Amino acid sequence: MTHAAEAQWSEGAIAVCLFLTMLVPLACAGLALINTGLGRSRSAAHAMLAALCALGVAWTAYLACGFAVQGVPGGAAHIVNAAGKPWDWAGAGPLFLYGVGPEDSHTLLAALFGMFAAGLAAQIPLGAGGDRWRMGAIWRSTALAAAFTYPLFAHWTWGGGWLAQLGRNFGIGRGFLDAGGAAPVQVAGGLTALSIAWILGPRRGKYNLDGMPLAIPGHNAVLILFGCVLALVGWFGLNGAGAMLFAGGGPGLTALIAMNTALSAGGAALAAAAVTRARFGKPDASLAANGWVAGLVASSAGCAVFRPPVALIVGVVAGVLAPFAVEWFELRFGIDDPGGAISVHAVAGMWGILAAGLFAPMARPARPEDALQWLAQLAGIAALIGFVLPLTYGLNRLLDRFYTQRIAPDGERHGMDLHELGAGAYPDFLTHTDEFTLR
Amino acid sequence: MKVAGFLLMPAGFILVLAAIAMLRAPVPEAGFALAGVAVEVLGLVLAARSHMTVRRRRP
Repeated sequence: MTHAAEAQWSEGAIAVCLFLTMLVPLACAGLALINTGLGRSRSAAHAMLAALCALGVAWTAYLACGFAVQGVPGGAAHIVNAAGKPWDWAGAGPLFLYGVGPEDSHTLLAALFGMFAAGLAAQIPLGAGGDRWRMGAIWRSTALAAAFTYPLFAHWTWGGGWLAQLGRNFGIGRGFLDAGGAAPVQVAGGLTALSIAWILGPRRGKYNLDGMPLAIPGHNAVLILFGCVLALVGWFGLNGAGAMLFAGGGPGLTALIAMNTALSAGGAALAAAAVTRARFGKPDASLAANGWVAGLVASSAGCAVFRPPVALIVGVVAGVLAPFAVEWFELRFGIDDPGGAISVHAVAGMWGILAAGLFAPMARPARPEDALQWLAQLAGIAALIGFVLPLTYGLNRLLDRFYTQRIAPDGERHGMDLHELGAGAYPDFLTHTDEFTLR
Repeated sequence: MKVAGFLLMPAGFILVLAAIAMLRAPVPEAGFALAGVAVEVLGLVLAARSHMTVRRRRP
């Protein structure tokens, strides 16, 4: 199985892409720190261990069958002919990378990137399930996501699937644009987070008897803000390597992609800080951090096509959206999402996908079908809401019937650390009483 | 209400797919695709509200 573009890659390009790919786990570390800092101190060790274990499970599941489902452009695939056109629905690659030799460096690089991206997608629901999601359930849910949900959408986007071919088959723009994985990684992860938040229900004491939400602040703002910086470095790798592997970008595009990523994150953090200052009198550290990550997420889809000022504007809009979405989900829909994963990854990701269609520069000379680029992006969003959300909800609901995902009430009161691990993250500190429990 | 919501989401997606596959003129194609997304959003809101109802019923 050899990637069609392999012959065009020099050793230097492979080295640059490998270096960028190796940065992606830093994004996982960043999200893990953010999720841990936004949770309670009595669940901190559990949150970090869950992040590590989720990486291991996601990598294993992706190797076992995820890469086979994702495939590579031009590789074996399950194709259905409808309306006179081929619809490429799923990859048909080898399980366990069987038959991929060490000389097939491009395919191995795509598999390594996919493995790390699956690990990143697995980190996102951990933010929504914080303080109440059992470790065993996290492993099982992560395995389902990394083996089926993420690779299937990654095939549609990156593996030459029907979304990527909308331009060639139906004359809709250039097909679905998503260099950095806003759809398969961020929005799919965010929608899985929504499913998990629905299935688990809110944390004990989050809502009072009148249904009004009570603030449960994160326990460590330093972890959260340091996690933001780590995530930025990881995103340089995610967007840069994704653009090289799946959007035809060369190593020379890396500087523009890094600039777009950083500007989007910075603009989003400033916007979130300004919004919270205007609304609450002082900037809110955790919501500004959410804004930063929302900017990173929004930059992913169009990182290779945006001009830097456009990337800044896209980030600012994401930074305005994130705090409002956090409040909206909590107040209007009673969704308890301690890490803000749904707002940051699903909402900002969808905005980034749409923005890539609205602001991508047109080809020269201009082609009439380029005006429909937004429609290709909209089709991707429709696939996420109409296919990925019901799929991930159904799989996790089914899992919940056989293996209860939520921790027992006693475990939630004692904290995940003591209940599931037997020791806390901060043994020298006094353990707090359950200050948020209704008496 | 929850089942209806989760049925409306794929129904909207199928509407979008049908618009892409069967319509060639840009305006009707975009119109049907937008209608499909609107159906999905309706399903999403129904699913969200049904989960609020479940939460209120809990002791």
